[in-house]
Amino acid sequence: MTGDLAIAARQLRFEQKAFWRNPAGAVFTFAFPLLFLVIFSTLNSGQRIEERGGISFVTFFVPGIVAFGLISACYTNLAIRMTVNRDFGILKRVRGTPVPTWAYLAGQVASSVVITFLLLFLTVGLGVAAFGVEFRTSTSAGLFVTLALGAACFCALGLAVSGLCPNADAAPAIVNFSIFPLLFVSGIFFPIDAAPAWLTTLAELFPMQRLADGLQYAFDPRTTGLGFNGSDLRGLLAWTVAGSVLAVRLFRWDSAKR
Amino acid sequence: MSAIRVRGLRKSYGIVEAVAGVDFDVAEGEVFGFLGPNGAGKTTTVEILEGYRQRSAGEVEVLGHDPAGGERRLRERIGIVLQETGVERFLKVAEVLELYCGYYPRPRPVDDLLALTGLEAKRDEVVKELSGGQRRRLDLALGLAGDPELVFLDEPTTGFDPSARREAWEVIRNLRSLGKTIFLTTHYMDEAQVLADRVAVIAAGRIVAEGPPDQLAGRNRASEIRFVVPRDAALPDLGAAATLVVDDRGVVVRTVDPTPVLHTLTGWALERGVELRGLSVTRPTLEDVYLELTAAQGG
Repeated sequence: MTGDLAIAARQLRFEQKAFWRNPAGAVFTFAFPLLFLVIFSTLNSGQRIEERGGISFVTFFVPGIVAFGLISACYTNLAIRMTVNRDFGILKRVRGTPVPTWAYLAGQVASSVVITFLLLFLTVGLGVAAFGVEFRTSTSAGLFVTLALGAACFCALGLAVSGLCPNADAAPAIVNFSIFPLLFVSGIFFPIDAAPAWLTTLAELFPMQRLADGLQYAFDPRTTGLGFNGSDLRGLLAWTVAGSVLAVRLFRWDSAKR
Repeated sequence: MSAIRVRGLRKSYGIVEAVAGVDFDVAEGEVFGFLGPNGAGKTTTVEILEGYRQRSAGEVEVLGHDPAGGERRLRERIGIVLQETGVERFLKVAEVLELYCGYYPRPRPVDDLLALTGLEAKRDEVVKELSGGQRRRLDLALGLAGDPELVFLDEPTTGFDPSARREAWEVIRNLRSLGKTIFLTTHYMDEAQVLADRVAVIAAGRIVAEGPPDQLAGRNRASEIRFVVPRDAALPDLGAAATLVVDDRGVVVRTVDPTPVLHTLTGWALERGVELRGLSVTRPTLEDVYLELTAAQGG
């Protein structure tokens, strides 16, 4: 068991090495959220969001970017990486070794979680240092729990959708198309409080909105208590369970073409 | 004890029977060549032995385990070198080896693997920068990472230039001298003839021939003696044991018993002062036998 943990840890170490050497992965997953943060926060500096009791734009935007970074690292990156690994036969090769499935996948998932937390620290750090965001220690328990559950949820969904991708060429299109429309209606980049009721109700069914809302709740200066938003956490938990079941059902070691 | 024991192995896909009752044994420490055309059931059989596919019927034992169980203890003792399997492209050669060695309880040292496959100079090269032949050698090194007792080699030298092939053969001979059992599938008959202690030929889902390559190639088949003499020269009388024909490349003598025929031939030449230019004796190759066998089976 400890030996298997060491295997998972080594897998994580080498996944990280490979991630930082791959310019495509590093730029899209890592640089994009930070770039968005700088551009939008500069464009909207000094603005207040009336629907949210007049909080500053960056106080709204930083948790949104944290959510976006998490989704890029845990969902988009993991789903595409696993599809490529399967399509290139890396999974088949791994299957022929004694490595336990859970230890291999744990290393993959942990790599996405490491990127998520790095993005969290950079995004929040930049928000605090450059744009005057207030980091609230009183709600940090809620923030970290929401983030951890969000990571579990989107990793599970990422693994599940990778099982649906027929090959590495189709993966970026499928993965991005499954996420981007929902990102825009989930109140990540701009508030959707004023949108038609049917749209907000629809968005609330999906985990992107739940994650963004949960994180915004923890950052909102009006929030009292520890920062746990019950309905958001319940929504994420339901998607985590559904995603995990699907991931197990859809997982394949080998591409269907052979 | 056999390293591999297969009895009555069958595998059907719907109504198609890809493997239709196959039996064979692979002894510990031998190089076993498994030959057959595409679609003959070769890959299916190998992948059942490796644990990638489930059989429809029959018994299979690999190092005393049923590979269908996917047991970790079995996978710790075998090494698999497949075709067309990728490696993490952004890791360096030594890093990939370190990662894979970590999967096994008693790995071979990374330096050993690099030396064995001639990749020492490439240890700090990123995988995506390697040439095709170097990638194939890395495949081999990865298959040996766990210091396996039994190694499956699937077309190990496809795409190699002649000198790289000779080097790979040397590696395989070294493995054999270390006491490893090697299950070799190949399209190259010369490779099987040079490396394998025994071969089995599968065609249309059945084993159609099995034995040491020389014995398979040699049985009841004529050797060929070739030479060239001036166009108008007389030809020797070699008796009833040999047939003599002239084709566009010279004289061809076919016989199942080349020693006395050669004696008569050279005696005749010395006596008359005739030079037998380009004199050669070839035994039938495994390839000839293989083509004959697989053609007959419609494989």
